[in-house]
Amino acid sequence: MTAVRENGKQARRQAAMAVLAHSDAAGIASRLEAIAVPVYENLREPENGLVMVRGRIGGDGAPFNLGEATVSRAAVRLSSGEVGFGYTLGRDRQKARMIALCDALVQSDEFADAVESKVIAPLRTQMISERSRTAAETAATRVDFYTLVRGEG
Amino acid sequence: MTTVAELPAGFADKVLSAQSTFRSVMDAMARPGSVQRIEAAAGVPAAMMRGTAAIALTLFDHDTPLWLDPSMSGTSEVTKWFKFHTGAPVIADSSICSFALIGDARSLPGLDRFAFGSNEYPDRSTTLILQVESLTQGPGIELRGPGIDGVAVMQAAIQPADLFERLKINQTLFPRGIDVVLVADDTIVAIPRTTRLAAKGG
Repeated sequence: MTAVRENGKQARRQAAMAVLAHSDAAGIASRLEAIAVPVYENLREPENGLVMVRGRIGGDGAPFNLGEATVSRAAVRLSSGEVGFGYTLGRDRQKARMIALCDALVQSDEFADAVESKVIAPLRTQMISERSRTAAETAATRVDFYTLVRGEG
Repeated sequence: MTTVAELPAGFADKVLSAQSTFRSVMDAMARPGSVQRIEAAAGVPAAMMRGTAAIALTLFDHDTPLWLDPSMSGTSEVTKWFKFHTGAPVIADSSICSFALIGDARSLPGLDRFAFGSNEYPDRSTTLILQVESLTQGPGIELRGPGIDGVAVMQAAIQPADLFERLKINQTLFPRGIDVVLVADDTIVAIPRTTRLAAKGG
């Protein structure tokens, strides 16, 4: 029973992270203002660093090092004990801290629903609409290439 | 079993705290026997003093293997704290560690169990970080050597009592040897390998 609940919580955190990592800092900040954020401490001060990005040729070839990417990370702890971690591409430390804060809030029973409805859900809607808009714009200029069969003889 | 939810935090202000702690350690090394204060505020695991925690957050990273004495490694809290905040590997073999943390100096193992470095690379030696009772009160100790104008006197309550006898191997090993940082709460004194020690009046 506990395992099921843990899995559910983990899935919710992953879903939240997938949205937050793609949202911009201002968007997260403005939506976080709608929540009475509880007292928290920085377990790990927001910091910048590098991660090695690895790739595989064709998606399944031998792995190689593609290059290094800048990331920011942070960890916060709520007064009620939940620990949230935030990792994001780029040098925006405040964004990493806000992601960590959201991650911690998603885990707490008290704030999970509020964060989901007031922060994650609007950001997810925005992200999906932007993606579909880009996809539609790209689709409008799509060119189909045909391979002409060369006539033999 | 310590979970991440119970871990003490790291430096409140990472860059400035690390810089000021580094400065304190550097001054202590440059002026052996002088008592330096560590002012940086950081979360501290139960087995550790404030100075030790600040030095750890400043100097340790994934390239510096650590060796912990039983009083430090007794609970998993210290190990986890190091792993989370510094990424430094905690190893069981004291002869290849860069830093050795001694929480209870009475149980200090023989110094020959630590790394002395080699003649080509004397820097590949172990730096001992020893937690002691007091660096301001206790028997007087005379120090001589580079960084000291004549003789410096420090007063310290240090276990083990024969620490200075043991550190005499630094004379014969030079340039190899062991550097020691003594920590008492938020004060530190460094005894680099070039410093010669004698009990006052002895």
